[in-house]
Amino acid sequence: MKLFSLLLLFPLFPVLAQPTPKDVEKVMQRDFHPRGQAGMDRIVQDGLQRVCTDTRDRPPAELARQLEADQMKTIAFPQGSLIGDWKSGERIAQNGRGMQWTDAPGTANGGSCYNCHQLSPKEISFGTIGPSLAGYGAKRGNGPDVQRYVYGKIYNAKAYNLCSQMPRLGYSGTLTEQQIKDLVGLLLDPASPVNH
Amino acid sequence: MSRAFARILVCLAFCAPAAAQDVKKEIERYRQMVNDGSPAELFELEGEALWKKPQGPKQVSLEKCDLGLGPGVLKGAYAALPRYFKDADRVMDLETRLLHCMVNLQGRSREEATKRVFGNADRPSEMESLSAYVAAQSRGMKMAPGESHPKEKAAYELGKALYFQRAGSWDFACTSCHGEEGRRIRLQELPVLLNPANARSVAASWPAYRISTSGFVTMQWRMNNCYQQMRMPEPAFGSDATVALIQFITVTGKGEVYRGPGNKR
Repeated sequence: MKLFSLLLLFPLFPVLAQPTPKDVEKVMQRDFHPRGQAGMDRIVQDGLQRVCTDTRDRPPAELARQLEADQMKTIAFPQGSLIGDWKSGERIAQNGRGMQWTDAPGTANGGSCYNCHQLSPKEISFGTIGPSLAGYGAKRGNGPDVQRYVYGKIYNAKAYNLCSQMPRLGYSGTLTEQQIKDLVGLLLDPASPVNH
Repeated sequence: MSRAFARILVCLAFCAPAAAQDVKKEIERYRQMVNDGSPAELFELEGEALWKKPQGPKQVSLEKCDLGLGPGVLKGAYAALPRYFKDADRVMDLETRLLHCMVNLQGRSREEATKRVFGNADRPSEMESLSAYVAAQSRGMKMAPGESHPKEKAAYELGKALYFQRAGSWDFACTSCHGEEGRRIRLQELPVLLNPANARSVAASWPAYRISTSGFVTMQWRMNNCYQQMRMPEPAFGSDATVALIQFITVTGKGEVYRGPGNKR
């Protein structure tokens, strides 16, 4: 009898309750399938994605500090100058391909930078999800600290702002060390169009 | 018509930064001109032929397909979708229901019927043309998706939760791009679908002819293509997840008079 009433009540709760991120993950595991290089492992949230989903991108300050520190540890900073070839950086910034199920694995990925940021003022087709980076190096100089910050931010944006909408381009394996250096060059080299 | 389009292309290539606003105006002007005689009509005609064409092992047409208002009733059917269907015991959007009829009425296998649901400029898909034909029969009617059945409510809640779910290689949720008003990817403006005003214009205009790719696009395609760009694996066509998102957007945008299938950028 007890069991019977439990069975009666059970369907009411999942129907009326708001699904948690874990519930949503289960639905996605059932309803999505791997395609090309996009495997089902991508559905499984890591701790950061879970916290940002749970808090609608407004994590409590103390938790955010802790998790940002964890993300900082993932960044492998290279030795020496971090300023690469800005011309290559511009091509990477323009390229919006990579990591999609339609993109061939093994080919160089783009950074999709112009999708969200203004960079070179010559490019009029730029997005506005992120801040404008036009004149970035001209305003801040290109000393070791600025280089390190820019490299780190591109490698793992979540180390600086936990629920940033910017992908962790180095951490996720999207961009190589050299590609990130070239993007640092695009932002900081005085010869780069970004700084003109 | 093509001259205006050429002007846009020339402008996109050469106009000074200050002219970005002019480009947008040109695109809007072009869109209005094309709307007077939208290519979507061609898809509607093709869809009508497919609706009436006997197909599958049972060699029957879709004319007895029940889209929610009774077998074969087309007028206003799209405006009342998505909705709960008792015979399938789940919420279905237009495309999911069409697939249901292909399987149950025409006796086709799910695999065969979903082999090529998204077409291209050279060859539109059967699903796209059928969507154009059915949606057109709701022109001038208010969008009123089902929202009283517990499963309709659950689909809305699931769709809303999916909208905020961050995952994948790039940590994206729908909100990553469609979360703040006034943001763009490149020059493309991004509607925040939590805002009823934005959801209303989406509900009232999809499915649609897409000028930039010369193809007809549906809501199932829109969900699929967004997840591709979000670097996620692929959602199954007509799955509960995709239907839930469409339910969430349509319920948020309910009440708007349907004016599609029209044109997109």
